[in-house]
Amino acid sequence: MDRMPAWADAVLVPLISLLLAAILSALVILAIGESPVEAFRLMVEGALMRSAGWGYTLYYATNFIFTGLAVAVAFHARLFNIGGEGQAMLGALGVALVCLYIPWPHWSLALLAASASAALFGALWALIPAYLQATRGSHIVITTIMFNFIAAALLNYLLVNVMKPAGMMEPATATFPQAVHLPTFQDMFSTAATPLFRGSPANVTFFVALLACLFVWALIWRTRLGYEIRAQGHSETAARYAGIRPVRIVVIAMLISGALAGLMGINSTMGEAERLILNSTEGAGFIGIAVALMGRNHPLGVLLAAILFGFLYQGGAELALWTNIPRELIVVIQALVILFTGALDNMVRMPLERAFLAARRRRTRRAEPAE
Amino acid sequence: MTLMKSLSGAAAALALTAGAALAEPALIYDLGGKFDKSFNEAAFNGAQRWAEETGGEFRDIELQSEAQREQALRRFAEAGLNPVVTTGFSMATPIANVAPDYPDTKFVTIDGYVDPEEHPNVLSILFSEHEGSFLVGMLAAMASETGTVGFVGGMDIPLIRKFACGYAQGVKAVDADAEIIANMTGTTPAAWNDPVKGSELAKAQISQGADVIFAAAGGTGIGVLQTAADEGIYSIGVDSNQNYLHPGSVLSSMLKRVDVAVYDAMSAGADLETGVQVLGLAEEGVGYALDEHNAELISDEMQAQVEEAKSRIIDGEITVTDYTAEDSCPALTF
Repeated sequence: MDRMPAWADAVLVPLISLLLAAILSALVILAIGESPVEAFRLMVEGALMRSAGWGYTLYYATNFIFTGLAVAVAFHARLFNIGGEGQAMLGALGVALVCLYIPWPHWSLALLAASASAALFGALWALIPAYLQATRGSHIVITTIMFNFIAAALLNYLLVNVMKPAGMMEPATATFPQAVHLPTFQDMFSTAATPLFRGSPANVTFFVALLACLFVWALIWRTRLGYEIRAQGHSETAARYAGIRPVRIVVIAMLISGALAGLMGINSTMGEAERLILNSTEGAGFIGIAVALMGRNHPLGVLLAAILFGFLYQGGAELALWTNIPRELIVVIQALVILFTGALDNMVRMPLERAFLAARRRRTRRAEPAE
Repeated sequence: MTLMKSLSGAAAALALTAGAALAEPALIYDLGGKFDKSFNEAAFNGAQRWAEETGGEFRDIELQSEAQREQALRRFAEAGLNPVVTTGFSMATPIANVAPDYPDTKFVTIDGYVDPEEHPNVLSILFSEHEGSFLVGMLAAMASETGTVGFVGGMDIPLIRKFACGYAQGVKAVDADAEIIANMTGTTPAAWNDPVKGSELAKAQISQGADVIFAAAGGTGIGVLQTAADEGIYSIGVDSNQNYLHPGSVLSSMLKRVDVAVYDAMSAGADLETGVQVLGLAEEGVGYALDEHNAELISDEMQAQVEEAKSRIIDGEITVTDYTAEDSCPALTF
């Protein structure tokens, strides 16, 4: 077998990539005359050493888990869904409609209904590109990204002309009623003596995201549908030969993907803003692509990668708050991580693979007695 | 890092002398970013002027995400910074959420409205953009030879409709038969910084006969002004004085003195008076720019007419409809 061990593939490669990204980021920070050590300390302290910091890290991570899973599921069927942004926007719209126009007695019921509505709206937004790809061969990358713009235009129209309360300046809906307020980590884990997660937006949706991870794992590796999705992804001709209908699989995989992206709406719209705003997704749909790439399309990997990106977002906020490192450079640091873990993956993987194989050959040679 | 140290030093000192007016002010820019050549940059300029004149220091942050709005407010308030000045209407709701937790900190929202009864430690500063736009609308109608003028907005949001509506009313006040072509650049925040599309919209409006175009579109306006200069027609800038960009082509600029508002808030420091401030023509909060770059374009007669309208608006003889108050506009349909 000429492959490196699984642990090296799953752990060592991302770790080395991260290290390289960190070194390059340190050089960038050094170049603008700030101290990289101090910057790193600020990021870690701000994101991981305070419970409120964790509250933000996990809030961002929740968004990225949903969009990362969405990309991962589609990718198993070899579909590149870059419409997570638009699907999440529509999901948020679904959440807002449920929360605003139905009087809920308790948040738990509202959460269930909002989840269903968010998933439905997200899935429907993915349906047309999926159908076009499956039956007409219109490339899913083109159609999903075009649907992102349509979603933005639709949301803008609705918020400015229909859903905005009269006389309000901001294009946003009214605040949701108090009854649909989701318990935040602060509500759940704080006691009177020790306030935890103060003011941070992490909420019960994080556990929904964990459930979604479990669901995706079971779906892909433990069900017949998951097997069919993977078979389709590996080879469409072979899948068709085995009696799998590609049209059906493409549409179903995209519906699930869209539903997962749509679920992000419950975190950002119901959990954080508690009203629908124009910019509710703020790029999480695209970060999901990086998260899925880094997480190797496995739910556990997606979870870990999402937390890493949550850390980068929250740490970046701390840098912006307390240093003079400009916002653009914080984006550069985040981009370096994406570049190294996603795009330049092979740069680390191939030398590492060669090193492992060489080591193995040496071992086997030593094990065999000299002729 | 020295700033960081001096900051923690200041915070510690503040903790010791609890409540003493030692605090530094803070400034939070909206998502457009600090150097947008327009709205946020005007806020930065005001803060910078305050820092230079008083030798004081201020902290600032460029937001990257929606969730950071409340976070930045809380962290600055916890660090003892006072007052915390914010730009953009999107800060109103986060401030209303945060303000009750920090009763000793003064919050300022520029363009946002927070109920002063419920939140006694918040100052809402609003500008009467429709009044300033009315005046440049009059200038546009007087300068136009074709009887057709244009408007290029950034994102299609109520605030920009407020600009467009005031402008259209000004145009109609001079020439009731004038035609107004209004276009918005887009529906995503990218519309604030898309000079290429701004240029295309300007070209499209020129081909329909427009010979004066008012751009209220942030960075997108740079493209509108450039195209107007290239095609030999007039343009009107926004927020900051943009007359110098293309002397002889930029007819005037609709001024919105965000810099003055920030400067005043920081000068007042912790003793800032809260409530609601509406800065219109009377308060010199909005206006039209007249300087050496456009002196030849604005004739004495034009200036006299606009000045007369200005004083009549201040006296209440002319009322300019505010789009955001009614969600509709008498002179323009969207």
